[in-house]
Amino acid sequence: MVGGAGRVTRLTATVGGLVLAAVLILLFAPIASLWGQIGAGPWFGPGDLAAVRFTLVQSLLSATISVALAVPFARALMRRSFAGRRLVIALLGAPFLLPVIVAILGLLAVWGRSGLFSQISLDLGGPRLSIYGLGGVVLAHVFFNLPLVTRLLVQGWQAIPPERFRLAAQLGMGPRAVFQLIEWPMLRAVLPGAFLLVFLLCLTSFAVALALGGGPRATTVEVAIYQTLRFEFDLSHAARLALVQLGLGAAVVLLALGIARPTSFGRGLGRLPQRWDAPRRAGPDAAVVLLSVGFLVLPLGFVIVRGTQGLWAGPEVGLWRAAGISVALAGTSALVTALAALAIAGLVAGLPRGRGMLVEAAGLVMLATSPFVIGTGVFVILRPYVDPFAWALVVTGVINAAMSLPFGLRILVPALAAARANYGRLADSLGMTGWGRFRHATLPLIRGPLGFATGLAAALSMGDLGVITLFAPPDVATLPLYMYRLMGAYRMDQAAGAALVLLGLSLALFWVFGLLGGRHAHRV
Amino acid sequence: MHIAFERVRLAREGFTLQADVSVEPGTSVAVIGPSGAGKSTLLSLVAGFDRPDAGRILIGGQDMARVRPADRPVTLLFQDNNLFPHLTVFQNVALGRAPNLRLDQADRAACSSVLARVDLAGHANKRPAELSGGQQSRAALARALLRAKPVLLLDEPFAALGPALRRDMLDLVAEIRAERDMTLMMVTHDPEDARRIAGQVIFVQAGHVEPPRDTAAVFNSPTPGMAAYLGI
Repeated sequence: MVGGAGRVTRLTATVGGLVLAAVLILLFAPIASLWGQIGAGPWFGPGDLAAVRFTLVQSLLSATISVALAVPFARALMRRSFAGRRLVIALLGAPFLLPVIVAILGLLAVWGRSGLFSQISLDLGGPRLSIYGLGGVVLAHVFFNLPLVTRLLVQGWQAIPPERFRLAAQLGMGPRAVFQLIEWPMLRAVLPGAFLLVFLLCLTSFAVALALGGGPRATTVEVAIYQTLRFEFDLSHAARLALVQLGLGAAVVLLALGIARPTSFGRGLGRLPQRWDAPRRAGPDAAVVLLSVGFLVLPLGFVIVRGTQGLWAGPEVGLWRAAGISVALAGTSALVTALAALAIAGLVAGLPRGRGMLVEAAGLVMLATSPFVIGTGVFVILRPYVDPFAWALVVTGVINAAMSLPFGLRILVPALAAARANYGRLADSLGMTGWGRFRHATLPLIRGPLGFATGLAAALSMGDLGVITLFAPPDVATLPLYMYRLMGAYRMDQAAGAALVLLGLSLALFWVFGLLGGRHAHRV
Repeated sequence: MHIAFERVRLAREGFTLQADVSVEPGTSVAVIGPSGAGKSTLLSLVAGFDRPDAGRILIGGQDMARVRPADRPVTLLFQDNNLFPHLTVFQNVALGRAPNLRLDQADRAACSSVLARVDLAGHANKRPAELSGGQQSRAALARALLRAKPVLLLDEPFAALGPALRRDMLDLVAEIRAERDMTLMMVTHDPEDARRIAGQVIFVQAGHVEPPRDTAAVFNSPTPGMAAYLGI
């Protein structure tokens, strides 16, 4: 008989409960303060409806295109064996750690007005390309979400029992029949959730819309909030917009719960099932893989080459200061995430059932209440008492930590539950309690996941360009903001240098924390 | 130490365990019966990981209702996960003396002595993964020795071992039990195990716990349910 999750001690319950309460206050107090701020004016200003429409249209397009491209890509990856296949699948996880602003710089180098394809087009007598506006926002969102959806689909393909493909081979089913009878049912189960997840991510993706959108025809609600706060100083208008954004997110989440639950992020290994149904001509699959990989890798290649040149020419003034601020901020924020996640996970992992659902729900709530809305609310709360701009880094760090919390929980709750299921009774029977139990019977068993969660939080915080834009005074910048300001001044070579440093530091933080967790798994 | 189940009832998915039996001090009792009949649950009740819905469990005459697992006069060897993978053999054993691993000179000496007793003296600083299956079992037994609780419960901890090794382990258990005059309850699937070290047998079927009977008598004249289980 497998042991239950075990009882939660009073200490675990108290600490977990307090931290949970703090997180909920952090989440809901700003929203309440926004309500208090809306004033008597009309709900929608002239540009606001356009912003809502643009937000929805770009999310819809981004999600549709990401999903449509991911299906052939994932299918090719899961029916062809080729050199570098595992590397491609591993790289699909990389955009998650990639700072958004770095990717945007790379995309500009490839697709921008003076980018690679513009040059080719001009050489062939065609027009210049421009990716500012709807096209660019969608392009960047597809860049980020195509790999995400592909990963989800690869996991879906993996979940198909290998016997089905054997049966199909025995019955002589061709590629069409296999698609209809085996692959389509899986896709029908996975795709709606994947679509909604991408839709939600695009709905609350601020940095892309800030850097590539803009202008009256390409402003998302979050960018409108930013402009209202920073340039018009109209708090009540910003509060109304923030509540509109919150309503959009909540509506999509409710819709999601009604239709399909957004698929969760997972870690798949990408083992290739043995298959007999792939068409003999591998050309189309090869083309799909090459084009997709090229689309994803080319921008990064440009960032690395240009960045190296930029740094070679000498780093820009303020680069190292911004880098230092970002590392300190990301490190602190990641530690806060880790401790908070550990406290809450201790509480959740002790529940006899419903653990997975709670964690999913936490993730959804965080997705729906974008960090930007929370940031706006915090701004409203702080303003009467202190200068919000002086608190830019603290507020950013706290909100970043809160936003990484769902990922931390998703990683730590199963790890803690497993540690309890496997060794909880043994520790109970030996009378291990308190700090000694945590140190000897819990921590060593969850070190790997804990390191992974902390590293993830650090990388996410390092690359974040969101809340900081609302608060930062002109003389303070995190590295992504510093980079964004360089790009705004069209100093692309210096920005590329900063991008390279940012990319390196994000990966380094992820790697260092992962290392502290220890890669080696203990097995009896 | 005397173990008594007084009109114990415990509802579980699939079955309700009912037990109104007792085990005499210093005896060895094999608990046998089909899978899912409630054998492990019976031990779990003694160890305190499960609590009865009704009835009482007494060990040495004392009601166990409010006693935590660690405070019961009981050591239970689980089917697996008896050793923490990240601690050395020595630390794993030492947990039986100091759950926070703060050890003084006397504690260390005691650990070394039980490790020597189970022939693991040279393996103290290894991790469980570096030991063979039989050595892992002996490390777990060493901790049981160190804890010196009067009741020893075995929930098939040797199930993964080969037949010869399992017999050796059972013999070691029998020796240790006799040395310390422990009361032993062991779950097993194999009548041979019961014959080897258990003086009595408790048969459990579909949640119903039969009272202990002498092993020889059980195999010579089994009850109908038992005859069906044994295939004789």
